[in-house]
Amino acid sequence: MFTFLEYILIAFYVAGLLIVSRWIGQQAFSWMPVQATAEAQRVDDLFSFLVSIGAFILLGLVGVIVYAIIFHRARQKDYSEGHSVRGDARIELLWTAVPTLLVLWIAFKGFSIYQQLNILGLQQIVHLHTPVESPAYATVANKPQPATETIDVFVKQWEWSFRYPNNLTSKELHLPVNRSTRLNLHAQDVIHGFYVSAFRLKQDIIPNRNIDIVLTPIRSGKYRLKDSQFSGTYFALMEADVYVEPLDTYNQWLTQTTANEPTQTKDWVVAESIQAHKTFFNSGWQTFIPASPAIAKERKVSNDT
Amino acid sequence: MTHDSSINTDGELNNSSNESEQNWRRYFSFSTDHKVIGVQYMAMTFMFFLIGGLLAMIIRAELLTPEANVVDRPLYNGLFTMHGTIMIFLWIIPFNAGLANYLVPLMIGARDMAFPLLNAIAFWILPPAGLLLLSSFLLPNGTAQSGWWSYPPISLQVPPGYINGEFIWIVSLILIGISSIMGAINFLTTIFWMRAPGMTFFRMPVFVWSVMSAQLLQLINLPALTGALILLLFDLSLGTQFFKPLENGDPVIYQHLFWFYSHPAVYIMALPAFGIFAEVLPAFARNPLFGYRSVALATLGIALVSIFVWVHHMFTSATPNWMRMTFMVTSMLVAVPTGVKAFAWTATIWRSKLHLETPMLFAMGGATMFIFGGITGVMLAATPFDIHVNNTYFVVGHFHYVVFNTITMAIFAAIYFWFPKITGRMYSEGWGKLHFWLTFIPANITFFSMHPLGLQGMLRRISSYDPQYQGWNIIASLGAFLLGASTLPFIANIVGSWLYGPRAVNNPWHATGLEWITSSPPPRDNFEEIPIVKRPPYDYGDPKYSVLENSNNRD
Ligand code: HEM
Ligand SMILES: [Cu+2]
Ligand SMILES: [Cu+2]
Repeated sequence: MFTFLEYILIAFYVAGLLIVSRWIGQQAFSWMPVQATAEAQRVDDLFSFLVSIGAFILLGLVGVIVYAIIFHRARQKDYSEGHSVRGDARIELLWTAVPTLLVLWIAFKGFSIYQQLNILGLQQIVHLHTPVESPAYATVANKPQPATETIDVFVKQWEWSFRYPNNLTSKELHLPVNRSTRLNLHAQDVIHGFYVSAFRLKQDIIPNRNIDIVLTPIRSGKYRLKDSQFSGTYFALMEADVYVEPLDTYNQWLTQTTANEPTQTKDWVVAESIQAHKTFFNSGWQTFIPASPAIAKERKVSNDT
Repeated sequence: MTHDSSINTDGELNNSSNESEQNWRRYFSFSTDHKVIGVQYMAMTFMFFLIGGLLAMIIRAELLTPEANVVDRPLYNGLFTMHGTIMIFLWIIPFNAGLANYLVPLMIGARDMAFPLLNAIAFWILPPAGLLLLSSFLLPNGTAQSGWWSYPPISLQVPPGYINGEFIWIVSLILIGISSIMGAINFLTTIFWMRAPGMTFFRMPVFVWSVMSAQLLQLINLPALTGALILLLFDLSLGTQFFKPLENGDPVIYQHLFWFYSHPAVYIMALPAFGIFAEVLPAFARNPLFGYRSVALATLGIALVSIFVWVHHMFTSATPNWMRMTFMVTSMLVAVPTGVKAFAWTATIWRSKLHLETPMLFAMGGATMFIFGGITGVMLAATPFDIHVNNTYFVVGHFHYVVFNTITMAIFAAIYFWFPKITGRMYSEGWGKLHFWLTFIPANITFFSMHPLGLQGMLRRISSYDPQYQGWNIIASLGAFLLGASTLPFIANIVGSWLYGPRAVNNPWHATGLEWITSSPPPRDNFEEIPIVKRPPYDYGDPKYSVLENSNNRD
């Protein structure tokens, strides 16, 4: 199929591809938001690995195609055959086997990183009524990683609130750094999603289900919590501040902030639903507004529904 | 390729094309001819493509700036819901049905579809269903606003009033589903029972394999969606509680039913596109399709594996660990047969005699961008990574690489490739190439930009965003406006060439395949005489297809 010289050239091509794709894989870390949790580091390792493999395949195939475009152009009006090779069992076997192995490798890597995340906490989030719960995966759920704190997260259209172990309820999420915290997620109306991009983790919150997520912040700072599951008209405004801080600052905040902190200084949802529309085009479509429109001004409901 | 097509000495050919011109009205009539129905499908769905594209432009205009300042939020939500719904259910899926309608009987040497009347009925369900969907813009409270997947309970939260956008949405989707099931039965019956003598399965063009596989999925998986929609309709209008979490219903069951169809739907859309690549690439590379058998089997393989991967859309939806891990592996396995296809396309181009005419440009561009979209797809299957980017613009970027940069590009390749066959005229190559570059470059600008946005955490379906995301959003929006403009040379070319283009010969591309041995356009019954098939497909090594003199070959 190929001459000796061609084999050498192909070997050089593959070696070059390996170097370039590995370099691209390293760059991938910088495409991500800051790594604010231990979980983020694991996810970024996986991402870098995926980008390397992806770059290798993409550049490999695109290289061949570009080569063909440059060197295999037909002369005008030449409709004679390129070649009449219909297939080659060895090559076809090779290109079935290689992706299979690659995919198994990626799946294995994905599995082992998933195990290290322990995102769903110590208990299975859904108790299956079927005996399908295979023991092979039991380790994933039961990997012990004691969370030191449990914070209740309440979410409804369109606001977040958090209840701390000392019963303080706030609209800010404060987390101690370098500790695993368990978040107990409760949705009160529709499906919402817990997502802080610097944490990498995301979890849908389904009304009437008990869902936990465990995370370990490792970097102090201020982050944004967003709703990742479309939840209606003011979905885009459903954000909350997240503060990761040293344990004593965290404890200080817990004690100093009196329960039921004063009403928010700004509430965009309320502001927008009260103010006249400022958009270029106004449809005038009425939308669903939760039972008490001035939700944000009310005291938090701190009981799970 | 050859536009020396005006030399037309074939009397018969002239007759049939004149006849077809006199009968242009048949495209507006209730016809049972699969070719007429095919053109009807394609023309109608293109109208919806334009409407869906227009909605996308408004969405992109809104996203030019961080604030919500172009349309109010309810309308924004309606826009992305209708854009997604129209593009999937009224553009790609029915366009593929139209193309397959036109081509399958010709490609397998049949005179028509198995059930011509059913075929016509399946088509005529669509225009009313589409108009019904669009009419919801006129309702006092507008269209459905819960996204094209319409997850409960958000989709059940509609302003009071019996007829609302969500109600209309569900009814029109059920109608479209009924039409698709009728189509699936017809396609499968046709392919199984109507093949010409000698047309064995392994002599069928890959396009026919891909239609067969896609329609198999329609038949197996579509009932799940239809069932889910009916239950949703009951919840919405009759007070049942199938999916209401606060009344002991389960909204996650809806997600399972929905994705049990809507993941395979991706392949119902993509497989015909892969089939188009398998027809166009060999013809313009002058090589047989490399590894024909494995490509054909990979087509069926993709379809079968794709039935068992739906949960990868639900990795964050309270999905237990065992399910996350199982579906991670099955999802990744799809990469194997898909990889086989991509490698086979590349090998077909390798050591070829490339002719870069418009269909080839679109096919090569689409196939190349599919490699990119396929790679990000495997990334998404890796659960821990998906948990970060799920519901962000990374996903939006990924699926537009598939639905626009691959499938819509393939559709354009198909339109140019079979245009001479369908209309009996040649399109203008210069305008075609202009259209290609105006599509290929902006498509990459638009949809590539969405990946960094998603990695950085920009969520989909938001009508306003943090200022940090503005840079890439401006790029994406400008690309999208160019992309919108790119349809103008296309329309000009198609309309102009259909009316005034030079006459086409039977086989302008010197391609193999039965559709090329009949006249352009084909007579009512497709073939003067049903052909007997004696050769393997993609016989490009055969001198019959290698010599210019045979351009008008009718043997
Ligand atoms: C013509 C070029 C196109 C542009 C500029 C475009 C743009 C967009 C944008 C900006 C969104 C995001 C809406 C949001 O999540 O807030 C979107 C969503 C979507 N698009 Fe497109 N699109 C195009 C073509 C297509 C095509 C051909 C399809 C075919 C299936 C398609 C299917 C979808 C779907 C399914 C969604 C998701 C809607 C949802 O989130 O509910 N788009 N598109
Ligand atoms: Cu929400
Ligand atoms: Cu899927």
